[in-house]
Parts: sequence; C-alpha cells; structure tokens
Amino acid sequence: MSAREKLQAEAAKRILIFDGAFGTQIQNRRLSEEDFAGDLGLNADQKGNNDILALTRPDVIADVTRAYLEAGSDVVSTNTFSANTISQADYAAEGLVREINLASARIAREIADEFAAKDGKPRFVAGAIGPTNKTLSLSPDVEDPGFREITFDYLTGVYLEQAEALIEGGADFILIETIFDTLNAKAGVMAVRQLSDKLGRDVPIMLSMTLTDLSGRNLSGHTVEAFWNAVRHANPVTIGLNCSFGADQLRPHVQHLSGIADTLLMVYPNAGLPNELGEYDELPHTTAGLVGDWADNGRVNIIGGCCGSTPDHIAAMARRVQGLTPRAIPEKITKMRLAGLEPFTIAA
Amino acid sequence: MTDLPQTATFVNIGERTNVTGSARFKKLIMGGDYPAAVDVARQQVENGAQIIDVNMDEGLLDAVEAMTTFLKLIAAEPDIARVPFMIDSSKWEVIEAGLKCVSGKPIVNSISMKEGEEQFLEQARKCRDYGAAVVVMAFDEVGQADTKKRKVEICERAYKLLTSIGFPPEDIIFDPNIFAVATGIAEHDRYGLDFIEAVAEIKAACPHVKTSGGLSNLSFSFRGNETVRRAMHSVFLYHAIPAGLDMAIVNAGQLDVYDTIDPKLRELCEDVILARHPDASERLVDLAESYRGSTEKDEKAAAEWRSLPVTKRLEYALVKGIDAHIVSDTEEARQSATRPIEVIEGPLMDGMNVVGDLFGSGKMFLPQVVKSARVMKKAVAHLIPFIEAEKDKLAPEERKAKGKIIMATVKGDVHDIGKNIVGVVLQCNGYEVIDLGVMVPWSTIIDTAKEENADIIGLSGLITPSLDEMVTVAEEMQRAELDIPLLIGGATTSRLHTALKIDPAFDGPVLHVLDASRAVGVASKLLSDTQKDELVTGTADEYQVMRDKRAGKTASKLLSLEEARGNAFTPDLSQKPAAPARPGLHVFQDWDLADLAEVFDWTPFFRSWELAGTYPAILDDEIVGESARALKVDADAMLEQIISEKWLTAKAVCGFWPCKREGDDVRLEDGTLLPMLRQQVAKSRDRANYCLADFIDPAGDWIGGFAVAIHGIEPHLERFRADTDDYSDILLKALADRFAEAFAERLHQHVRTTLWGYAPDENLANAQLIREEYAGIRPAPGYPACPNHSLKPVLFDLLGAQENAGMELTESCAMLPTSAVSGMYFGHPQSSYFGVARIGRDQLEDYASRRDMPLPEAERWLRPNLD
Repeated sequence: MSAREKLQAEAAKRILIFDGAFGTQIQNRRLSEEDFAGDLGLNADQKGNNDILALTRPDVIADVTRAYLEAGSDVVSTNTFSANTISQADYAAEGLVREINLASARIAREIADEFAAKDGKPRFVAGAIGPTNKTLSLSPDVEDPGFREITFDYLTGVYLEQAEALIEGGADFILIETIFDTLNAKAGVMAVRQLSDKLGRDVPIMLSMTLTDLSGRNLSGHTVEAFWNAVRHANPVTIGLNCSFGADQLRPHVQHLSGIADTLLMVYPNAGLPNELGEYDELPHTTAGLVGDWADNGRVNIIGGCCGSTPDHIAAMARRVQGLTPRAIPEKITKMRLAGLEPFTIAA
Repeated sequence: MTDLPQTATFVNIGERTNVTGSARFKKLIMGGDYPAAVDVARQQVENGAQIIDVNMDEGLLDAVEAMTTFLKLIAAEPDIARVPFMIDSSKWEVIEAGLKCVSGKPIVNSISMKEGEEQFLEQARKCRDYGAAVVVMAFDEVGQADTKKRKVEICERAYKLLTSIGFPPEDIIFDPNIFAVATGIAEHDRYGLDFIEAVAEIKAACPHVKTSGGLSNLSFSFRGNETVRRAMHSVFLYHAIPAGLDMAIVNAGQLDVYDTIDPKLRELCEDVILARHPDASERLVDLAESYRGSTEKDEKAAAEWRSLPVTKRLEYALVKGIDAHIVSDTEEARQSATRPIEVIEGPLMDGMNVVGDLFGSGKMFLPQVVKSARVMKKAVAHLIPFIEAEKDKLAPEERKAKGKIIMATVKGDVHDIGKNIVGVVLQCNGYEVIDLGVMVPWSTIIDTAKEENADIIGLSGLITPSLDEMVTVAEEMQRAELDIPLLIGGATTSRLHTALKIDPAFDGPVLHVLDASRAVGVASKLLSDTQKDELVTGTADEYQVMRDKRAGKTASKLLSLEEARGNAFTPDLSQKPAAPARPGLHVFQDWDLADLAEVFDWTPFFRSWELAGTYPAILDDEIVGESARALKVDADAMLEQIISEKWLTAKAVCGFWPCKREGDDVRLEDGTLLPMLRQQVAKSRDRANYCLADFIDPAGDWIGGFAVAIHGIEPHLERFRADTDDYSDILLKALADRFAEAFAERLHQHVRTTLWGYAPDENLANAQLIREEYAGIRPAPGYPACPNHSLKPVLFDLLGAQENAGMELTESCAMLPTSAVSGMYFGHPQSSYFGVARIGRDQLEDYASRRDMPLPEAERWLRPNLD
C-alpha cells in the first residue's frame, strides 16, 4: 500500500493528529550561537536558523519530534520550513540545502518508524516546504507592478532540490505549506511533478494555504475556493489551511473548504492570536476546544497546530477528538473549475 | 446584454485584449502603452467578460515578452485578475511562458493534433502540470476540420487520447472551428449549421467536455456592417447554445437581443446560419446593404443610456459628445473610486480611447471628436480640485501621459483653429499638450521644450511668412541641440516646403502633418520604440527624394523680368469702369450680422473641421453627411445666438483712390506706391504673364481698398475656455471667420452696386457670389495674386484701418482681430485672380528697389515665391 493509500485508509477510520510548532520548542531550549553553528564553518551567524539544527544539533530536532509523537501525532513534519536555497542564502548556508533536508527527513522518519513499531499504528512523515520569502505573483516594487524578483522556473528548481532530498531522506509526502502566493505553490506542484517523473512513482502532495485577512484571501489575492480550483491538478492527498490566525477566525474558511474539496482536509491553526508581547498564550484546552468543534461537525480529517502550539496543545487536541467521526470526503462532482483571484466554476 | 437562452451557463470570453482581433489593442501593445492596454482588460471585465482572452501573436512583437509582461501587469490589478485568463497563442513557447505567470487556473487556447499525437499529448501533459484547462482545436495532421463529420471525428479522437493519459475531461474545451458564412462560395453555406450540429454530437460523445468558438469569424463577410454582424452573432448563439455551446470568444457589446432584431433580418440570418435556402446568402447580402449606417440602434441606445452603470454612461457621454450629465456622472464615479485620478485614468480615458479609435479608423469625425473632448474637459475640470486636494500624496509620474507635446503658432501669426484642433485630438488620445498659444517666438518654444522635457514640438501657421519662421525655429532647435521631433502643420505648410526648407535646417526628425487625423498616428509612432525609426527614416528618405527631384528637375522655366513684362496682360481699356460714385473713405461701425449670415460660404467652414465636400451637398454625403449635419445644427444654433445676442461687431472701412499704372506699380494720386509682382513662369500658348498692375490704366484709373474685421469674440472665447469648452471655442472662431469672409463679400457687393457703383443692377444669389460671377476682384496681400504681406501696412495706412475699423497688424502682418480680411478692389471686368508663383532674382531685386526695401527683407517676405 502506498503512503497515499495508507493515509487515506487511516483517515477513514479516525481524525488524525498532525504535529505542532518547532519554532517555540526550539526557542524554549535557549540554544547558543555555537549550538546552531556547530562546526560547519559557515560565514554567517546561524542563530535563528532553526533548520540547520538537523546538522548541528540533530538531538534537539529529534526531541521535538519525539515530543509530538508522544503527544499523539500521527503525522509529523520535517523541520525544513526554510531549508531552501533562497532562505538559506540569508545564512550563507545555501550550499547545505540538500544535507539539511536529507538529515531532517531521516530524523523524522527514524522516530516515526520507532513509534509505529511500538504500537503498530502507522506514523507518517510530511516533508515540509515553506513558501520562501519571494513571491511570483507580486511585484516588490510598487512603482513597477510588472516586475518580479524571481521566475517560475527558478522557484521550481529551488523546490525540486528540497523535495528530492526530503523524499530521499524518507518523507512520505511533500507538504507545501503556509502558501501565501498561489503561484509559488503551483511552482511547488510543478517541482513535485518533475520529481515524481524522475522517480517514476507518485509523490503525494499536501497543500496548505495561509490567509492574510479575515475575508479569506491569501497574499496573492485568492479566495479559498479559487485556491482550490487553482491547485486541484496537484491531486493533493490533503488540502487545508495553516497559520494565519487562531482556530476561531479560521472557522468559516475551514467550513467552506470542507464543503468543496474532494480530498482529505488538514488544518493546523496558530494557538490563537499573539498578545501584545508577540507571544501566543492560548491555552491547550482552548485551542483543542475550538478545533474540536470542527471535528464535532465533521469538517476535518487531520488537525494540528502552527505558531505557538506545543506538544501540550497537540495532546489536548488528540484527547478532544478521540472517537469522533472524521469528515466524509465529498463526492467528486465533475465540473470545469477555473479561477482568477475568484473561483469560476462552470456547471456541468 | 442579451436574452439568449441559458445565459446563466453560457460563458462569454472577452476578445478585446487580442492583438489579432483588436486594432486598438495591437496599437497599444506595439507602442508599449501597457497601462492603456491594461485598461482594455479592465474595461472588458467591467463589461461582463467572464474570462479574458489574451493574444499577442503579431509578427513584429516578441510575443513571449508581450504575453508575460501583460499577464504580470494584469495580475497586479485585482479588478481584472479576479477572472480567469485565457492564454491564447498559436505558439507553444508563448503559451508556456504565459502559464508561468498565471496564478489561478487559466485556459490554454489552444493545442491540437496538427503536429501529431505525440506533441499534442506532451503539451496536454504540461498544461495539466501547470494547472490549466485547454481549448483543443478541431485540427489534425490533415488540417482544420470543416465538415461536421471531420469536426466530430477529430474531437472524439482527441478526447480518447487525452483521457488515456489521465487528462481530466472537465478541463477539455473543444473548438470545432467557426468559419465565415455567406461568402458567396456554396461550400461554405453549411459552415454555421455544421458547427452547431457538431457541438451537439461532440457533447454527447465526450462526457464532461465544454465547447467554444470564436464568433467574429462567422460574420467576416459583413465587415463594416455592424447591424448585420450583431444580428448574425446573436442568431448564431441563439441556436448554438441550446445545441451545447458553452462559451464563445465574443465582443459582448457586439450582440443584440434576439427579439429586438428586425424580424426580416433575423429570418435571413437564420436562413444563412441554418443553411435553410440555397439563395439565403444572396438575400442576406442584398438586405445587408439597407442596414449600412442604420441609426436604429443609436435611437434605442439614446433612450437607454441613462440607465447604464456610471462607467458606461461616461463612455457613452464621451463618444456621443453629450455633456448634459457629465458633471453628476463624474461625481458619481469619483465617489465610488478610491482616488479621483482613477476616474480619469479609468472610465474617462477608456471613453476617450474609444473616441480616438473611432476617429483613427474614420468612423468618427472631427466635430464629434472635439465635442467629446469638451465633455472630457468638463469631467476633468470637475475632478481637478479633488486631485489637487490629494496632490501631495501623488508622485508626478503617477499622472504620466503618453508623451508631452509643445504646440505653438509661430511668431507673427495669430491663427490657431487648426492648432487647437490638433491639440484637442492629441489630448483625447492621452498626450499632454502644452499649448503656447499664438505669436510664439522661437526662444519661448525652445525654452519650454527644455524645461518641460517635451517629447515633440508642433508648429502651426496659416500665413506664408510663418513658413519662414518655422525654418527659423528649426535652425534654432539645431543650435540648441534639441533632439526631439518637429511637426509642421497649418494651411500654408506643405510636404514640399517641409522637405526643401525646414528639414535641412534641423538634424532631428521633421515631419509635415497633413491634418489633425494624422497627428495622433504620427505622435504615437514617434514616441514608440518600435515604430519611431521606421517613420523617421522613411520620412527623411522621402524628403531627400523630394529634394533630389527638385534639384535634378529643371524647374519650370522662368522668363526674365523683361520678357515677362513683354508678355503682360493687356485689358480692353474701353471696358474700364467709371470713377466711383462715392470716392473717399467709407466707415462701417456695425454691419448687420443677420445680413452677413445670408451670404455665408459654408464650404470652407466644413473644411476647417476637416470635413471634405461642397456645401450643401456635404450634408447628404455618404461618409461625412451625418457629422456635417450635426455640426451645421450646432453652428446654426450658435449663429442665431451670435446675432440675437449681438456677440460680435462687424466693422469695416473701404475707400477709392485715383491712380495710374507705372510699369508693375500702381501709383496713387497722393504718391503712394503699390508695387505688384508679375508671373515669371514661362507660359504656354497665348497666356499672359499677369501682374495686378495690368488691370489699371496707365492713363488714369481708380483702385479701391478695404479692411473688414469681426470684433468682440474674446469675452465669449474666455467664457468657453472657463467652461473648458473647446468645441464652442473652435465653433465660434470658425463662425467669426465666416462672418469676416461674408462681410468682405457683402461689402464688395455694396462697392460694385453703390459706392463705386459700376454694376448698379447686379443682382446675384449667394451661390453666384461664391462663384464670383461678378465684375472685378478683391485680391488680398499675402494671397497668390499679391503674395507680399508687407503691402498690408501700406493699405492699412491708406484706410486708417486702425482708427476706422479697430484693426492692427503683427510683425508678420497677420491681422488682429483674427477674423479679418483686407484687400484691394480692381474694377476692370477683365481683372481676374491668378497666382504669381515662382519669381526670379531679377524681379526680387527690382521689387526691393521699387519698394525701397533692403534686399534681405524683401527676400524674407518673398521667400515662398523664390527658388
């Protein structure tokens, strides 16, 4: 059974649990510059380069992953949100992209397999790909709306390098997450398609969009449904939303997407909104209660946490949704689904 | 838009952002005017296009570059990017480049099996991986499917291939090719029906697919006949949609409501499209003729336009030149816009672009354009205070025009109707025009051009000395190293003069512009990176050829002055008119305007608006008739106001003086000398070499002089300017010119019948006056028979024109007020108008000494007549 089929089979039985944030967990450990830099001899300060810890402090990454699995995660992600050439260039570590992804995927794979072996329940590894800090749809220069900092082909290449290493390291899926620019995501999909052709097998994709405003659009302006129309060709094993705001504000959009997406729905909101100090202080049971409501209403298949969430939040969620019926995937209705920033669906 | 059945499920795809389908869009893209091109896209979405088709397949374009540039720009416009895009190209690399710029789910238009299955499937896979739906043309290795059978076969085959590689069937759109019908070729008769029937069969055989077609092909035979085209499109959709047509590339504005189509036309369209009668095409072609220039639509539209959305109302008002509601509509648009400038850049510029296009393509005429400009200016004037209010937030480049053009009537000349018209037309087309007015010295022109960083200088002039002044401006531009194009226009200017005299004086591009309708084309080419060189080098070569020809050509042979004099005209002195009945000066302080209106010569009036034709036939002219009639209605209305409200005052002075001919001079009894010029070009047969002096008896005779002027125009022009009403401004100036000419005509008549009185019984109708069926002439200094303007000061002195008629002369001898005529009366019945044309150095020197004028000065005045 392929990873796609295995996930679909597990998700048909119960609501699955994704992991929570790496960032806050790493921060709590108060690592020093030396911890980050290790003996890689890079020409830049590495503090804050969380992804490089897979090489310099793999134990920390392993600990966090283990904590989430212990809290009840069925799917864990690799700590590779910024492990791409564009983002690593800020740390002069662009030459280590492959190594970071490979190491990170291996850590997650090893521990996931360890937990699966213990209780016989399958565990999955999602190779996480962040959006980079560049955008294909928008001009950074307000004076020149036609200007773009990068090209589609370049970004596709960046993603391909990362995806290939993640899969090689043992990831089951490529999770293209925090999608603020739909065209970036399409480049990601193209990269995975190329990888899939190269490997001669299906590389399942997970897609997760992030909203930038309460009206329900991402930064490139797409509504949730337009986004779905624009990325359906990826045949994603999961589609969903992450980050943005807390579960409370995300509710209507989850509901909308749940009604139209004929695939598994995965949502992992922040632990509420940050307070005046920029800290997330929503308590685990609060977050768990909010996402629990979605589960009660049959809106989700996989839930987890994003910024500010901790193993405690994940554990609370796992308890809250235990025994609840997962969302039934809507029957596919064959329609021509086009999109601009808004969806344009033509009746059959 | 229409009441076509199932409109809810029928998708219309905007076709205006297609360089192959829209001349206007092509022009914008070729000229690199992307902001305006983006507006075309916006306009389409506003007009209800649910998808917009973008096509850049033009041989001279880098289609990949144009496609990606445009797609990126419209991606940045949320009100455009909200709809899906259709990436339309026959070149795969253009399509793929486009796919890399589009963030939603677009449609690729198109792929086909033209190059075989392998390439077809390869492209289909890529489309799928980029996340696009595809239009598949019914085209295979053999060619484009024309019959129903071929259409269905090809589409079914393509469907099987696509689904076999896992291409989602719901992402397939078949285009079974709409071809032109009623072409006169019998094999084409079934094209419409075959398409409709094929659509039904394809939909049945290929589950989930959509069908589409490009509608405008259908009515290709009826280009130029909008009524018939619209009817055909509507009738076609009426039948194709129930058969299963899901979408079409249409001009949403080019559809009629099926039920409102004239039943006779509708039935014939149906006969043609459904191939119901073998002679259907012929009958439709016959009927089509009767719809040319139909105004039915206009009447309907006139009643309905007030209920349109505000942006459409603004466009309608601009195109139709209706200013009744413009301020309130502009205000409404402003309130719904984020910034007032958006109203100008959006709906107002869109409207003016439509006007510019219509004018450029000869579908609209100058009076309408100027009216449109009036509406535009009023709208802009309303917005200016709001724009000023937020100006500190605005970077200057945000109000970027297409280009900055300095316009001026050169020093010494006061005529500006033509220049103003060109200015208006340029402004309509998005150029910033800095109008320096009349009598502008070269230094002001050049300084302003430098300060303003102008892109083009345009010079205008009506009188012949202006030609010389233009040469001076060109020389000074050269000295100032001002390397921007110089445009030359105005009644006396010509390509030849520009080529021979102005172009050599300036290294930069110099172009003669025939009339206002050419100005925009020339300006846009000059400011286009891609077209400039072609125009500039092309024109320069042309001018060089003209110069070479001129140099090589043995110019028409000139006689020596002596020889010419030997061939002078000898009048029959027995016919010499008697001495004037009332010699001396006659002053008219306020001639009845209504009387003058009776002897208007309207033909030049229409010509000043660039409407060619003779009055009154022009009113029924097939092409410009409608425009001419509308103009005449406005002119009549203003004329009535001018007369009843006494806007203008017609003043004149005339006088008669005893004289005699002395060679080529006319010497008055008081000693004043009026030196005349003689034709020197060798004449064939027994034609004389004329000189005005020939009409005077050396033994003693009489000559007359006159000066008429129309006063009082300024306060009214001021009022129009304050009201930003160029149309009325130009209209009033043109009418004032007619008054002056009519006054000259009427006064001349009064002279013949009464004051000089040599034709007391003359009784001529206006048309006969216009044809000059009377005895005697009134040549004016500066005109062909008497080319020297500098004779005007002499004449003005004799008449006391300043004291008696309030008239003045500029340094180039242009008259003020501008609407004025002055000249001399020759009473001999054999006197006639002629052109002095080219003269030799011998006559120039002789003339200078007779006038007691330094040679260079005489040369300056007579340059147009010298080699």
